[in-house]
Amino acid sequence: MSFEWPWQYSFPPFFTLQPNVDTRQKQLAAWCSLALSYCRHHRLYTLDVMEAQESPVFNNKKIERKLSMEAIQVVFEELRKKGNLEWLDKNKSRCLVMWRRPEEWGKLIYQWVSKNGMNNSVFTLYELSNGDDTQGEDFHGLEEWMLLRSLQALQTDGKAEIISMDDGKGVKFF
Amino acid sequence: MDRFSWSNGLLEINETLVIQQRGVRLYDGDDKSKILYYFTSLCSWFCEQAAGIGKSAKIVIHLHPAAANKEPGPYQNSKYSYIKLSFKEHGQIEFYRRLTEEMTRRRWEEKPVSQTSPVGPQAGRTRAVGIVGIERKIEERRKETDKNISEAFEDLSKLMEKAKEMVEVSRSIANKIKDKQGDISEDETIRFKSYLLSMGIANPVTRETHGSGTHYHLQLAKQLGDMLQAPLELLSPEDLVNACKMFESLKLPLRLRVFDSGVMVVQLQSHSEEEMIASALDSVTDKGSLTAEEFAKLLGLSVLLSKERLLLAEKMGHLCRDDSVEGLRFYPNLF
Repeated sequence: MSFEWPWQYSFPPFFTLQPNVDTRQKQLAAWCSLALSYCRHHRLYTLDVMEAQESPVFNNKKIERKLSMEAIQVVFEELRKKGNLEWLDKNKSRCLVMWRRPEEWGKLIYQWVSKNGMNNSVFTLYELSNGDDTQGEDFHGLEEWMLLRSLQALQTDGKAEIISMDDGKGVKFF
Repeated sequence: MDRFSWSNGLLEINETLVIQQRGVRLYDGDDKSKILYYFTSLCSWFCEQAAGIGKSAKIVIHLHPAAANKEPGPYQNSKYSYIKLSFKEHGQIEFYRRLTEEMTRRRWEEKPVSQTSPVGPQAGRTRAVGIVGIERKIEERRKETDKNISEAFEDLSKLMEKAKEMVEVSRSIANKIKDKQGDISEDETIRFKSYLLSMGIANPVTRETHGSGTHYHLQLAKQLGDMLQAPLELLSPEDLVNACKMFESLKLPLRLRVFDSGVMVVQLQSHSEEEMIASALDSVTDKGSLTAEEFAKLLGLSVLLSKERLLLAEKMGHLCRDDSVEGLRFYPNLF
Protein backbone atom coordinates (compact mmCIF):
# COMPACT_ATOMS: atom_id res chain seq x y z
CA MET A 1 0.00 0.00 0.00
CA SER A 2 1.54 3.29 -1.02
CA PHE A 3 1.78 6.04 1.41
CA GLU A 4 -1.04 8.57 1.38
CA TRP A 5 0.02 12.15 1.71
CA PRO A 6 -2.19 14.54 3.71
CA TRP A 7 -3.71 17.56 1.96
CA GLN A 8 -1.22 19.90 3.69
CA TYR A 9 1.60 18.24 1.81
CA SER A 10 0.50 20.01 -1.40
CA PHE A 11 -0.15 23.34 0.31
CA PRO A 12 2.88 25.59 -0.13
CA PRO A 13 2.46 27.46 3.19
CA PHE A 14 2.87 24.08 4.91
CA PHE A 15 6.60 24.36 4.24
CA THR A 16 6.95 27.83 5.77
CA LEU A 17 7.10 28.09 9.53
CA GLN A 18 4.07 30.26 10.29
CA PRO A 19 4.56 33.36 12.42
CA ASN A 20 0.99 33.41 13.69
CA VAL A 21 1.08 31.34 16.89
CA ASP A 22 -2.29 29.64 16.47
CA THR A 23 -1.63 28.84 12.85
CA ARG A 24 1.78 27.47 13.75
CA GLN A 25 0.37 25.12 16.36
CA LYS A 26 -1.94 23.56 13.81
CA GLN A 27 0.86 23.41 11.29
CA LEU A 28 3.22 21.64 13.68
CA ALA A 29 0.56 19.17 14.71
CA ALA A 30 0.09 18.28 11.07
CA TRP A 31 3.83 17.88 10.60
CA CYS A 32 4.22 15.61 13.60
CA SER A 33 1.39 13.44 12.38
CA LEU A 34 2.88 13.25 8.88
CA ALA A 35 6.37 12.43 10.11
CA LEU A 36 5.17 9.68 12.40
CA SER A 37 2.86 8.06 9.92
CA TYR A 38 5.58 8.15 7.27
CA CYS A 39 8.01 6.46 9.63
CA ARG A 40 5.40 3.93 10.64
CA HIS A 41 4.62 3.15 7.03
CA HIS A 42 8.22 2.58 6.17
CA ARG A 43 9.15 1.03 9.50
CA LEU A 44 11.72 3.65 10.19
CA TYR A 45 12.95 3.68 13.75
CA THR A 46 15.78 6.13 13.44
CA LEU A 47 16.23 9.30 11.43
CA ASP A 48 19.31 11.17 10.34
CA VAL A 49 18.55 14.86 10.25
CA MET A 50 20.66 15.65 7.20
CA GLU A 51 19.11 12.82 5.26
CA ALA A 52 15.66 13.82 6.44
CA GLN A 53 15.91 17.17 4.72
CA GLU A 54 16.21 15.41 1.39
CA SER A 55 13.66 12.73 2.08
CA PRO A 56 10.22 13.13 0.48
CA VAL A 57 8.65 13.80 3.87
CA PHE A 58 10.17 17.23 4.22
CA ASN A 59 10.81 17.85 0.55
CA ASN A 60 7.98 18.03 -1.92
CA LYS A 61 9.65 18.21 -5.31
CA LYS A 62 6.33 18.52 -7.07
CA ILE A 63 5.54 21.96 -5.64
CA GLU A 64 9.22 22.79 -5.20
CA ARG A 65 8.98 23.39 -1.51
CA LYS A 66 10.94 21.99 1.37
CA LEU A 67 11.15 22.58 5.09
CA SER A 68 14.14 24.60 6.19
CA MET A 69 16.62 23.00 8.56
CA GLU A 70 15.41 25.39 11.23
CA ALA A 71 11.83 24.30 10.73
CA ILE A 72 12.76 20.60 10.77
CA GLN A 73 14.45 21.11 14.13
CA VAL A 74 11.27 22.75 15.40
CA VAL A 75 9.19 19.79 14.25
CA PHE A 76 11.63 17.35 15.87
CA GLU A 77 11.55 19.28 19.10
CA GLU A 78 7.80 19.10 19.03
CA LEU A 79 7.99 15.31 18.58
CA ARG A 80 10.45 15.06 21.42
CA LYS A 81 8.15 16.96 23.72
CA LYS A 82 5.35 14.57 22.89
CA GLY A 83 7.57 11.61 23.68
CA ASN A 84 7.85 10.33 20.12
CA LEU A 85 11.48 11.23 19.53
CA GLU A 86 14.76 10.78 21.30
CA TRP A 87 18.12 12.25 20.33
CA LEU A 88 20.93 9.79 19.99
CA ASP A 89 23.69 12.42 20.17
CA LYS A 90 24.35 15.83 21.64
CA ASN A 91 24.63 17.41 18.22
CA LYS A 92 21.11 16.38 17.39
CA SER A 93 22.08 14.75 14.15
CA ARG A 94 20.42 11.37 14.71
CA CYS A 95 17.31 10.44 16.58
CA LEU A 96 15.07 7.57 17.50
CA VAL A 97 11.56 7.91 16.18
CA MET A 98 8.89 6.28 18.25
CA TRP A 99 5.86 6.39 16.10
CA ARG A 100 4.55 4.08 18.74
CA ARG A 101 5.63 4.71 22.26
CA PRO A 102 7.22 1.91 24.33
CA GLU A 103 4.14 1.65 26.49
CA GLU A 104 2.02 1.13 23.42
CA TRP A 105 4.32 -1.56 22.12
CA GLY A 106 4.33 -3.25 25.46
CA LYS A 107 0.57 -3.36 25.47
CA LEU A 108 0.48 -4.90 21.99
CA ILE A 109 3.01 -7.57 22.91
CA TYR A 110 1.19 -8.45 26.10
CA GLN A 111 -2.08 -8.72 24.26
CA TRP A 112 -0.53 -11.24 21.88
CA VAL A 113 0.98 -13.15 24.76
CA SER A 114 -2.35 -13.35 26.57
CA LYS A 115 -4.31 -14.17 23.46
CA ASN A 116 -2.11 -17.17 22.86
CA GLY A 117 -2.14 -18.28 26.45
CA MET A 118 1.54 -17.84 26.79
CA ASN A 119 1.59 -16.26 30.17
CA ASN A 120 4.36 -17.63 32.36
CA SER A 121 6.37 -18.44 29.29
CA VAL A 122 9.87 -17.29 28.65
CA PHE A 123 11.02 -15.85 25.39
CA THR A 124 14.27 -14.56 24.07
CA LEU A 125 14.15 -11.14 22.60
CA TYR A 126 15.00 -12.53 19.21
CA GLU A 127 12.07 -14.92 19.34
CA LEU A 128 9.72 -12.11 20.00
CA SER A 129 10.89 -9.78 17.31
CA ASN A 130 11.92 -12.30 14.67
CA GLY A 131 10.35 -15.59 15.54
CA ASP A 132 7.98 -17.40 13.19
CA ASP A 133 5.24 -17.18 15.74
CA THR A 134 5.16 -13.45 15.69
CA GLN A 135 5.05 -13.15 11.93
CA GLY A 136 2.30 -10.80 10.88
CA GLU A 137 2.27 -9.05 14.20
CA ASP A 138 2.89 -5.39 14.26
CA PHE A 139 5.82 -5.77 16.56
CA HIS A 140 7.49 -8.25 14.32
CA GLY A 141 10.76 -6.77 13.18
CA LEU A 142 10.85 -4.36 16.08
CA GLU A 143 14.39 -3.15 16.66
CA GLU A 144 15.94 -4.46 19.82
CA TRP A 145 16.37 -1.17 21.59
CA MET A 146 12.66 -0.48 21.16
CA LEU A 147 11.68 -3.97 22.19
CA LEU A 148 13.70 -3.63 25.34
CA ARG A 149 12.06 -0.39 26.25
CA SER A 150 8.66 -1.85 25.64
CA LEU A 151 9.40 -4.79 27.89
CA GLN A 152 10.81 -2.43 30.49
CA ALA A 153 7.49 -0.60 30.41
CA LEU A 154 5.69 -3.92 31.03
CA GLN A 155 8.14 -4.72 33.78
CA THR A 156 7.28 -1.46 35.48
CA ASP A 157 3.67 -2.50 35.22
CA GLY A 158 4.46 -5.82 36.79
CA LYS A 159 3.46 -7.76 33.75
CA ALA A 160 6.83 -9.06 32.75
CA GLU A 161 10.38 -9.53 33.90
CA ILE A 162 13.49 -9.14 31.86
CA ILE A 163 16.03 -11.85 32.49
CA SER A 164 19.60 -12.44 31.41
CA MET A 165 20.35 -15.57 29.46
CA ASP A 166 23.47 -17.18 28.10
CA ASP A 167 23.47 -15.39 24.80
CA GLY A 168 21.48 -12.32 25.53
CA LYS A 169 18.35 -11.17 27.19
CA GLY A 170 15.00 -12.72 27.56
CA VAL A 171 11.63 -12.04 29.15
CA LYS A 172 9.15 -13.83 31.24
CA PHE A 173 5.53 -12.82 31.05
CA PHE A 174 3.16 -13.04 33.95
CA MET B 1 71.80 99.29 13.94
CA ASP B 2 70.53 101.32 16.82
CA ARG B 3 67.46 99.29 17.60
CA PHE B 4 69.02 96.70 19.80
CA SER B 5 69.44 96.50 23.55
CA TRP B 6 71.85 94.51 25.60
CA SER B 7 70.63 91.27 27.02
CA ASN B 8 72.20 88.83 29.44
CA GLY B 9 71.44 85.95 27.11
CA LEU B 10 68.88 84.37 29.41
CA LEU B 11 65.17 84.22 28.66
CA GLU B 12 62.91 86.67 30.44
CA ILE B 13 59.62 85.52 32.00
CA ASN B 14 57.47 86.27 29.01
CA GLU B 15 59.96 85.03 26.48
CA THR B 16 60.16 81.63 24.85
CA LEU B 17 62.87 80.16 22.75
CA VAL B 18 61.54 79.70 19.24
CA ILE B 19 64.58 78.63 17.31
CA GLN B 20 68.32 78.52 17.69
CA GLN B 21 70.68 78.47 14.77
CA ARG B 22 74.43 78.33 14.75
CA GLY B 23 76.68 80.04 12.37
CA VAL B 24 74.61 83.11 11.80
CA ARG B 25 76.41 86.33 11.12
CA LEU B 26 74.67 89.54 11.94
CA TYR B 27 75.04 92.51 9.62
CA ASP B 28 74.21 96.03 10.61
CA GLY B 29 72.62 96.94 7.34
CA ASP B 30 75.35 95.74 5.08
CA ASP B 31 78.11 96.10 7.60
CA LYS B 32 79.39 92.97 9.21
CA SER B 33 79.22 92.64 12.97
CA LYS B 34 79.87 89.72 15.20
CA ILE B 35 77.61 90.32 18.16
CA LEU B 36 74.27 88.45 18.50
CA TYR B 37 71.31 90.40 19.75
CA TYR B 38 67.62 89.94 20.19
CA PHE B 39 65.00 92.37 19.09
CA THR B 40 63.29 94.81 21.32
CA SER B 41 61.63 96.73 18.61
CA LEU B 42 59.27 95.18 16.19
CA CYS B 43 60.13 94.00 12.78
CA SER B 44 58.00 95.58 10.18
CA TRP B 45 58.90 93.17 7.47
CA PHE B 46 61.63 90.91 6.34
CA CYS B 47 62.62 88.97 3.31
CA GLU B 48 64.91 86.27 2.15
CA GLN B 49 67.99 86.82 0.14
CA ALA B 50 68.86 83.71 -1.77
CA ALA B 51 72.39 82.34 -1.58
CA GLY B 52 74.62 83.07 -4.49
CA ILE B 53 78.05 81.84 -5.60
CA GLY B 54 80.40 82.45 -2.74
CA LYS B 55 77.64 84.01 -0.76
CA SER B 56 75.51 82.37 1.95
CA ALA B 57 71.73 82.76 2.13
CA LYS B 58 70.55 85.74 4.07
CA ILE B 59 67.43 86.99 5.76
CA VAL B 60 66.93 90.72 5.68
CA ILE B 61 64.91 92.14 8.56
CA HIS B 62 63.64 95.65 8.58
CA LEU B 63 63.11 97.05 12.02
CA HIS B 64 60.81 99.78 13.31
CA PRO B 65 62.48 102.76 14.87
CA ALA B 66 63.26 102.14 18.50
CA ALA B 67 61.06 103.61 21.21
CA ALA B 68 62.47 106.51 23.11
CA ASN B 69 62.78 104.49 26.29
CA LYS B 70 64.83 101.76 24.76
CA GLU B 71 67.49 100.16 26.90
CA PRO B 72 71.05 100.86 25.90
CA GLY B 73 72.48 98.66 23.21
CA PRO B 74 75.63 98.16 21.18
CA TYR B 75 74.94 101.07 18.88
CA GLN B 76 73.53 104.41 19.78
CA ASN B 77 73.22 105.48 16.21
CA SER B 78 73.09 103.71 12.89
CA LYS B 79 72.42 104.80 9.39
CA TYR B 80 70.66 101.54 8.59
CA SER B 81 67.09 100.54 9.38
CA TYR B 82 67.65 96.93 8.52
CA ILE B 83 69.85 94.06 9.53
CA LYS B 84 70.91 90.95 7.73
CA LEU B 85 71.27 87.46 9.09
CA SER B 86 73.76 85.43 7.12
CA PHE B 87 73.44 81.68 7.49
CA LYS B 88 76.90 80.20 7.12
CA GLU B 89 75.81 76.76 8.17
CA HIS B 90 72.40 76.66 6.54
CA GLY B 91 69.17 76.56 8.56
CA GLN B 92 67.83 79.67 6.90
CA ILE B 93 64.67 77.94 5.66
CA GLU B 94 63.60 76.78 9.07
CA PHE B 95 64.65 80.06 10.63
CA TYR B 96 62.65 81.98 8.04
CA ARG B 97 59.65 79.81 8.63
CA ARG B 98 59.74 80.25 12.38
CA LEU B 99 60.31 83.96 12.01
CA THR B 100 57.31 84.24 9.70
CA GLU B 101 55.25 82.26 12.14
CA GLU B 102 56.22 84.38 15.08
CA MET B 103 55.64 87.55 13.14
CA THR B 104 52.14 86.33 12.30
CA ARG B 105 51.26 85.20 15.75
CA ARG B 106 52.76 88.22 17.48
CA ARG B 107 52.95 86.35 20.71
CA TRP B 108 54.76 89.21 22.35
CA GLU B 109 51.57 91.19 22.03
CA GLU B 110 49.37 88.68 23.85
CA LYS B 111 48.51 89.71 27.34
CA PRO B 112 50.23 87.58 30.00
CA VAL B 113 48.07 85.13 32.02
CA SER B 114 48.65 86.72 35.40
CA GLN B 115 47.30 90.05 34.32
CA THR B 116 43.63 90.52 35.16
CA SER B 117 41.75 92.94 32.98
CA PRO B 118 38.05 93.28 32.28
CA VAL B 119 38.26 93.78 28.56
CA GLY B 120 39.94 91.05 26.53
CA PRO B 121 41.74 92.24 23.45
CA GLN B 122 42.14 95.82 24.53
CA ALA B 123 44.09 95.42 27.73
CA GLY B 124 47.00 93.49 26.30
CA ARG B 125 48.31 96.23 24.13
CA THR B 126 50.68 98.78 25.42
CA ARG B 127 51.35 100.58 22.20
CA ALA B 128 48.55 101.99 20.13
CA VAL B 129 49.90 105.10 18.55
CA GLY B 130 49.42 106.39 15.08
CA ILE B 131 48.55 104.56 11.92
CA VAL B 132 50.73 101.70 12.90
CA GLY B 133 48.69 101.36 16.03
CA ILE B 134 45.42 101.29 14.11
CA GLU B 135 46.81 98.78 11.68
CA ARG B 136 47.91 96.68 14.56
CA LYS B 137 44.46 96.80 16.15
CA ILE B 138 42.86 95.57 12.98
CA GLU B 139 45.44 92.86 12.59
CA GLU B 140 44.93 91.84 16.18
CA ARG B 141 41.23 91.46 15.84
CA ARG B 142 41.64 89.40 12.74
CA LYS B 143 44.11 87.17 14.49
CA GLU B 144 41.79 86.78 17.43
CA THR B 145 38.91 85.72 15.22
CA ASP B 146 41.14 83.43 13.27
CA LYS B 147 42.38 81.89 16.45
CA ASN B 148 38.88 81.34 17.77
CA ILE B 149 37.73 79.73 14.61
CA SER B 150 40.72 77.53 14.24
CA GLU B 151 40.55 76.56 17.89
CA ALA B 152 36.93 75.60 17.60
CA PHE B 153 37.47 73.54 14.55
CA GLU B 154 40.77 72.01 15.44
CA ASP B 155 39.39 70.75 18.63
CA LEU B 156 36.11 69.16 17.83
CA SER B 157 35.35 68.51 21.43
CA LYS B 158 35.49 72.21 22.08
CA LEU B 159 32.90 72.68 19.39
CA MET B 160 30.72 70.16 21.06
CA GLU B 161 31.12 72.09 24.28
CA LYS B 162 29.91 75.21 22.62
CA ALA B 163 26.97 73.39 21.13
CA LYS B 164 26.18 71.92 24.50
CA GLU B 165 26.18 75.36 26.02
CA MET B 166 23.72 76.50 23.41
CA VAL B 167 21.42 73.62 24.11
CA GLU B 168 21.66 74.29 27.83
CA VAL B 169 20.72 77.89 27.32
CA SER B 170 17.70 76.97 25.23
CA ARG B 171 16.70 74.34 27.73
CA SER B 172 16.90 76.69 30.64
CA ILE B 173 14.84 79.23 28.76
CA ALA B 174 12.30 76.60 27.87
CA ASN B 175 12.12 75.55 31.51
CA LYS B 176 11.70 79.10 32.62
CA ILE B 177 8.80 79.39 30.25
CA LYS B 178 7.33 76.23 31.62
CA ASP B 179 7.62 77.49 35.17
CA LYS B 180 6.23 80.88 34.43
CA GLN B 181 3.54 79.53 32.17
CA GLY B 182 1.02 81.91 33.58
CA ASP B 183 3.09 85.00 32.98
CA ILE B 184 3.93 84.43 29.35
CA SER B 185 1.16 84.53 26.83
CA GLU B 186 0.19 81.42 24.92
CA ASP B 187 1.13 82.94 21.60
CA GLU B 188 4.58 83.85 22.77
CA THR B 189 5.09 80.40 24.17
CA ILE B 190 4.03 78.84 20.93
CA ARG B 191 6.24 81.12 18.94
CA PHE B 192 9.22 80.44 21.15
CA LYS B 193 8.71 76.74 20.99
CA SER B 194 8.61 76.90 17.22
CA TYR B 195 11.93 78.75 17.32
CA LEU B 196 13.39 76.03 19.44
CA LEU B 197 12.11 73.42 17.06
CA SER B 198 13.53 75.21 14.09
CA MET B 199 16.90 75.09 15.81
CA GLY B 200 16.47 71.37 16.03
CA ILE B 201 16.08 71.29 19.78
CA ALA B 202 13.30 69.07 20.99
CA ASN B 203 10.90 71.00 23.11
CA PRO B 204 11.04 69.49 26.62
CA VAL B 205 7.46 70.42 27.23
CA THR B 206 6.29 67.91 24.65
CA ARG B 207 7.70 65.07 26.69
CA GLU B 208 4.41 64.98 28.51
CA THR B 209 2.18 62.00 27.87
CA HIS B 210 0.52 62.27 24.57
CA GLY B 211 -2.87 61.84 26.13
CA SER B 212 -2.78 65.24 27.72
CA GLY B 213 -1.08 67.03 24.83
CA THR B 214 -0.26 70.67 24.67
CA HIS B 215 -2.10 73.64 23.41
CA TYR B 216 0.41 73.93 20.62
CA HIS B 217 -0.39 70.47 19.32
CA LEU B 218 -4.09 70.95 19.68
CA GLN B 219 -3.93 74.01 17.52
CA LEU B 220 -1.81 72.16 15.05
CA ALA B 221 -4.17 69.22 14.99
CA LYS B 222 -7.06 71.50 14.21
CA GLN B 223 -5.13 72.97 11.35
CA LEU B 224 -4.34 69.54 10.02
CA GLY B 225 -7.94 68.60 10.35
CA ASP B 226 -8.75 71.43 7.98
CA MET B 227 -7.38 69.16 5.32
CA LEU B 228 -3.82 70.50 5.16
CA GLN B 229 -4.55 73.34 2.83
CA ALA B 230 -2.07 76.00 1.69
CA PRO B 231 1.51 75.06 2.52
CA LEU B 232 2.07 75.57 6.22
CA GLU B 233 5.39 76.44 7.67
CA LEU B 234 7.69 73.49 7.88
CA LEU B 235 6.64 70.98 10.47
CA SER B 236 8.83 68.61 12.35
CA PRO B 237 7.74 64.96 11.97
CA GLU B 238 7.44 64.65 15.71
CA ASP B 239 4.92 67.48 15.83
CA LEU B 240 2.96 65.99 12.99
CA VAL B 241 2.69 62.64 14.74
CA ASN B 242 1.73 64.21 18.04
CA ALA B 243 -0.93 66.27 16.35
CA CYS B 244 -2.28 63.24 14.54
CA LYS B 245 -2.64 61.38 17.81
CA MET B 246 -5.20 63.94 18.80
CA PHE B 247 -7.62 63.37 15.99
CA GLU B 248 -9.89 61.19 18.06
CA SER B 249 -10.14 63.54 21.02
CA LEU B 250 -10.89 66.38 18.69
CA LYS B 251 -13.59 64.36 16.98
CA LEU B 252 -11.97 64.75 13.59
CA PRO B 253 -12.79 62.22 10.88
CA LEU B 254 -9.15 61.11 10.67
CA ARG B 255 -7.23 58.50 12.58
CA LEU B 256 -3.59 57.76 13.12
CA ARG B 257 -2.99 54.09 12.70
CA VAL B 258 0.16 52.34 13.85
CA PHE B 259 1.01 48.95 12.40
CA ASP B 260 3.04 46.31 14.23
CA SER B 261 6.03 47.07 12.08
CA GLY B 262 5.93 50.67 13.26
CA VAL B 263 4.59 52.11 10.05
CA MET B 264 2.15 54.92 10.75
CA VAL B 265 -0.59 56.03 8.43
CA VAL B 266 -3.30 58.63 8.52
CA GLN B 267 -6.58 57.22 7.35
CA LEU B 268 -10.22 58.08 7.26
CA GLN B 269 -12.15 56.99 10.30
CA SER B 270 -14.58 55.06 8.15
CA HIS B 271 -11.80 52.65 7.29
CA SER B 272 -12.34 50.02 9.93
CA GLU B 273 -10.07 47.10 10.53
CA GLU B 274 -12.65 44.43 9.81
CA GLU B 275 -13.33 45.86 6.41
CA MET B 276 -9.65 45.84 5.52
CA ILE B 277 -9.19 42.25 6.62
CA ALA B 278 -12.32 41.04 4.90
CA SER B 279 -11.37 42.64 1.64
CA ALA B 280 -7.87 41.21 1.88
CA LEU B 281 -9.22 37.72 2.46
CA ASP B 282 -11.63 38.06 -0.43
CA SER B 283 -8.95 39.11 -2.85
CA VAL B 284 -6.58 36.36 -1.78
CA THR B 285 -9.21 33.65 -1.90
CA ASP B 286 -10.34 34.88 -5.25
CA LYS B 287 -6.88 34.67 -6.76
CA GLY B 288 -5.74 31.63 -4.79
CA SER B 289 -2.76 33.46 -3.43
CA LEU B 290 -1.29 36.96 -3.62
CA THR B 291 1.97 38.74 -3.09
CA ALA B 292 2.07 42.25 -1.65
CA GLU B 293 2.92 43.65 -5.08
CA GLU B 294 0.00 41.86 -6.76
CA PHE B 295 -2.35 43.02 -4.05
CA ALA B 296 -1.10 46.59 -4.40
CA LYS B 297 -1.81 46.54 -8.10
CA LEU B 298 -5.25 45.11 -7.50
CA LEU B 299 -6.26 47.81 -5.05
CA GLY B 300 -4.31 50.70 -6.48
CA LEU B 301 -2.48 51.12 -3.17
CA SER B 302 1.16 51.48 -2.35
CA VAL B 303 3.03 48.21 -1.83
CA LEU B 304 3.82 49.23 1.72
CA LEU B 305 0.17 49.71 2.61
CA SER B 306 -1.04 46.57 0.89
CA LYS B 307 1.62 44.53 2.68
CA GLU B 308 0.48 45.96 5.98
CA ARG B 309 -3.06 44.83 5.23
CA LEU B 310 -1.96 41.33 4.34
CA LEU B 311 0.11 41.12 7.49
CA LEU B 312 -2.82 42.29 9.52
CA ALA B 313 -5.04 39.61 8.02
CA GLU B 314 -2.35 37.03 8.78
CA LYS B 315 -2.13 38.27 12.35
CA MET B 316 -5.87 37.78 12.71
CA GLY B 317 -5.48 34.23 11.46
CA HIS B 318 -7.27 34.64 8.14
CA LEU B 319 -4.20 34.27 5.98
CA CYS B 320 -1.04 32.26 6.11
CA ARG B 321 2.25 32.76 4.34
CA ASP B 322 4.42 30.93 1.85
CA ASP B 323 7.99 32.14 2.08
CA SER B 324 10.28 30.77 -0.58
CA VAL B 325 12.90 31.77 -3.10
CA GLU B 326 10.02 32.89 -5.27
CA GLY B 327 9.10 35.53 -2.71
CA LEU B 328 6.53 36.04 0.00
CA ARG B 329 3.03 34.95 -0.91
CA PHE B 330 -0.16 34.90 1.12
CA TYR B 331 -2.80 32.15 1.06
CA PRO B 332 -6.11 31.76 2.83
CA ASN B 333 -5.47 30.06 6.14
CA LEU B 334 -6.65 26.51 5.51
CA PHE B 335 -4.93 25.07 8.56
